[in-house]
Amino acid sequence: MIRVSIPSQLIAYTDGATRVEAEGATVAAILDDLDRRYPGLKFRVVDEQDRIRRHMRIFVGDTEAKHVDVPLSNAAELLIFGALSGG
Amino acid sequence: MTHAIQLLVGTRKGAWIHTSDAGRGRWSLEGPLFLGQIINHFVRDPRDGRTMLMAASTGHLGPTILRSTDGGKTWAEASRPPAFPKGDPHGRAVDHSFWLEPGHADEPGVWWAGTSPPALFRSADGGDIWEGVAGLNEHPQVLDWFPPEAGTPDGAILNQVVVDPRDARHMYLATCSAGVLETTDQGATWRPLNQNVRCDFLPDPYPEFGQDSHFIALAPTDPDRIWQQNHCGIYRLDRPGERWERIGEAMPRDIGDIGFTIIPHARDRETAWVWPMDGTEVWPRVSPGGRPAAYRTRDGGASWTRQDRGFPAEQGWFTVKRQAFCGDAADPIGLYLGTTGGEIWMSGDEGESWRQIAAHLPEIYSVTAVPAG
Repeated sequence: MIRVSIPSQLIAYTDGATRVEAEGATVAAILDDLDRRYPGLKFRVVDEQDRIRRHMRIFVGDTEAKHVDVPLSNAAELLIFGALSGG
Repeated sequence: MTHAIQLLVGTRKGAWIHTSDAGRGRWSLEGPLFLGQIINHFVRDPRDGRTMLMAASTGHLGPTILRSTDGGKTWAEASRPPAFPKGDPHGRAVDHSFWLEPGHADEPGVWWAGTSPPALFRSADGGDIWEGVAGLNEHPQVLDWFPPEAGTPDGAILNQVVVDPRDARHMYLATCSAGVLETTDQGATWRPLNQNVRCDFLPDPYPEFGQDSHFIALAPTDPDRIWQQNHCGIYRLDRPGERWERIGEAMPRDIGDIGFTIIPHARDRETAWVWPMDGTEVWPRVSPGGRPAAYRTRDGGASWTRQDRGFPAEQGWFTVKRQAFCGDAADPIGLYLGTTGGEIWMSGDEGESWRQIAAHLPEIYSVTAVPAG
């Protein structure tokens, strides 16, 4: 299981939880697993062409994942952030 | 006879519901709903009176559709919001849904959505599951009609879907880069309908397509009459005619005929209202001269009358966006508009006088009026 950090923008999906766990060998697989348990979450983070949305950032450990095919080998944590946006 | 009205208000920072008493004199503001979400459109289904949809996104998160089936008491997210197929040959992804349109009265549960980038989506189950309309989204000319680089500051949009109340197969779209498109087979095939509509911003000022059609409306008592507020003027088309007439030529020269929206009278085919915006030089898109006013025609656009009683006489720099001006069907007609400064104004006497009925809201993107209930 991978620990996943959920940003405030998405806690409406996780019933308020900011830390959850998910299974998967890639960022995409983790997001798919999250979407099974929290329907709708994935589409708010990546678009229908599997591109990470412009104002969302995903880190595997301390390395930013620029696409969803990044593997999670040995990583214990995936962090999702809402990047700078708004005003 | 007037009755209680609900205004469904979508803003850049959430949604509100503003409800009147039967005389439309006293108003009560409820909200916010979904504080911080960008609500481009907030619509109630006239067929069942209780299904409500919002086109939503946020600064961070991708787009979705929010649904209520109990008149706004409870809300849930659409199971499958509008999205292009994975592997779309043009690489498109929906940035936001902009327009939500209940389908024909004979097709309960059908809804239409227009998006940015421009595309058309259909739901057959009250807005829960959405499918792309291939006849438009995969049309061989789709990139000619909707060039990726064209469009508004918020991106290119399919900004309106209009269904002929006499025929569910007959629909119009208003778009920011192909003007008006028409289908007579419910979206399987489309053709431009832009004869004599000007494009000040293209080498050929009267192209087959390329126009920026801000808003179109069918006259409720005569759906063959189409009113259009275009980026380049106010027009009218009486079908089966094909050639638009620039009725904005009759507007005062110092006001011009640029704006975002046009509202037809619910019962009189000759009457409509516009809200002019400054379209000079760098296109400020504010009330011309800082003096807000609606203009009304009662003769099909042959002449226009200024209606500014109640609005600031000076230093009023309102902008009213294309979904933020509407009317009800009461007698007399009530008119409602929301401003980019977060104010809602109404007229209970068909535009003769105006008063502010809400203030201090976020930038208003849409206002729709429905009977309260």
